[in-house]
Amino acid sequence: MLILLLFIFVLAGFLGFELIQKVPSQLHTPLMSGSNAISGITIVGAIIASGALDGKMGIILGVIALILATINVVGGYMVTDRMLAMFHSKKDDK
Amino acid sequence: MESLINFAYIIASILFIYGIKMLGSASTARRGNQISSLGMLIAVVAVLLTKDMSYTWIIVGLAIGAIIGAIAAKRVQMTGMPELVALFNGFGGLASLLVGWAEYAARPEPPAVTGAAMVLAILIGGITFTGSLIAYLKLSGKMGGNAINFGGQKALNALIALAIIALGFVFVTSHASWALYALIGLSLLLGVLAVIPIGGGDMPVVIAILNSFSGLAASAAGFVIENNVLIVAGCLVGASGLILSIIMCKAMNRTLGNVLFGSFGAATGKTGKAVEGEMKAASVEDAYYVLEAAQSVVFVPGYGMAVAQAQHAVKELAQILEDNGAEVLFAIHPVAGRMPGHMNVLLAEADVPYEQLAEMDDVNPIMSTVDVAIVIGANDVVNPAAVEDESSPIYGMPIIKVYEARTVYALKRGQGAGFSGLVNTLFFGENTRMLYGDAKETITGLVAQFKD
Repeated sequence: MLILLLFIFVLAGFLGFELIQKVPSQLHTPLMSGSNAISGITIVGAIIASGALDGKMGIILGVIALILATINVVGGYMVTDRMLAMFHSKKDDK
Repeated sequence: MESLINFAYIIASILFIYGIKMLGSASTARRGNQISSLGMLIAVVAVLLTKDMSYTWIIVGLAIGAIIGAIAAKRVQMTGMPELVALFNGFGGLASLLVGWAEYAARPEPPAVTGAAMVLAILIGGITFTGSLIAYLKLSGKMGGNAINFGGQKALNALIALAIIALGFVFVTSHASWALYALIGLSLLLGVLAVIPIGGGDMPVVIAILNSFSGLAASAAGFVIENNVLIVAGCLVGASGLILSIIMCKAMNRTLGNVLFGSFGAATGKTGKAVEGEMKAASVEDAYYVLEAAQSVVFVPGYGMAVAQAQHAVKELAQILEDNGAEVLFAIHPVAGRMPGHMNVLLAEADVPYEQLAEMDDVNPIMSTVDVAIVIGANDVVNPAAVEDESSPIYGMPIIKVYEARTVYALKRGQGAGFSGLVNTLFFGENTRMLYGDAKETITGLVAQFKD
């Protein structure tokens, strides 16, 4: 199991490197805030912890994590969208 | 059901990858972001299908988080973007730390591998959280932006790092809860100590690194709960953040290690040559006559434009110059501002079309044909010492070569030096004229001249 997970980790890392290398600098901010929203994927772990049937401590920690991760996800995607909506081409004007 | 959930995770991962890919081009970026948010939605719906789950607290958590996130995203001003990104980043890091901790609360005797992953999730998540918090405080001006140094700082950091390794080992082998709590405390402390010695001008690198860390923390949390989608998505972000930080470092001609561990200039002890000559001030009227006749104008914005909130006035002036028959470009240095791409966001907000935003490498070859270059609150990124003066600490840093333009107008609040404390030889140049005062007022003054 560990080997498989590590395998996935390494492949995803290489993929990430390949994908980002050619991004023009004008898109660095949206790229950062957009990928920041993706890092909110920890929301999945937070949901699992918050939904536990017993274990008070785990649930409390899970719910706090869930609130934070949701802020990260919802806020991150919305603010990125707001930013990208402003990027426009000359052609759009006419 | 189990396999359906896993299948959904694969779909989500594919959407993340596509989303990031599309974020790489201006025309598809918005769709890309939407596709990646769809991936997130699928992942969330999938995990909700898990067997034996109580939904009460999940709904509460999701609702509170969504409301806060949405309000913050709607309210923020574009100039406040760096600090908001930093804050969101920190929340993601803390969430990963808590996920690791919650798993320990549920399964107090994890196998060695899981235990090690918990240590990593807590360490990286903790550093991300407090590091981002300090970055937020510095960027929003709630805390001084200068580097804070004290004696023995590096020794203290090294000591903490050693303690963390030792505690990690104790925790993995013994599962002692005190070791875990100590780890949490030290990780949070390390985040603070790592960011306070880094000055405002280096913030683009710091934010990119913290961005990378928030991804790695999520990935580590993925190893804790053995969940593929966390590992993949987290690692994608980790890799992209790392690339961004490397790009930022290259743009400053420094290494990652130098930004993180060496205060500016301290590493080399170089101070640069003394400058001879004087800065020549000009009035708005003088600048108007030159601009009126200019065929090509290049604006070079820096952090000063963000501080003065001058982007809308600048856009207005650019429009007038274009209508007057001049060719207008904005030359943007990769590390101008306080986060990667900061200037682009501000100018986009002011409705400048992205074709007019040129990267440093595209604009430098044509600089000598430019009639007027207008430097708005940028300093080190246009300092010719980086090219000419081998004794300067910024020697070798790629700059926008505005000094090659026929005339340079530098908008500046006062006569002081930039964040690096260096004298900018550009300001003493034969063809440079200084326009002192608030950037927004100066630009508005120029616009008024054109309208008369």
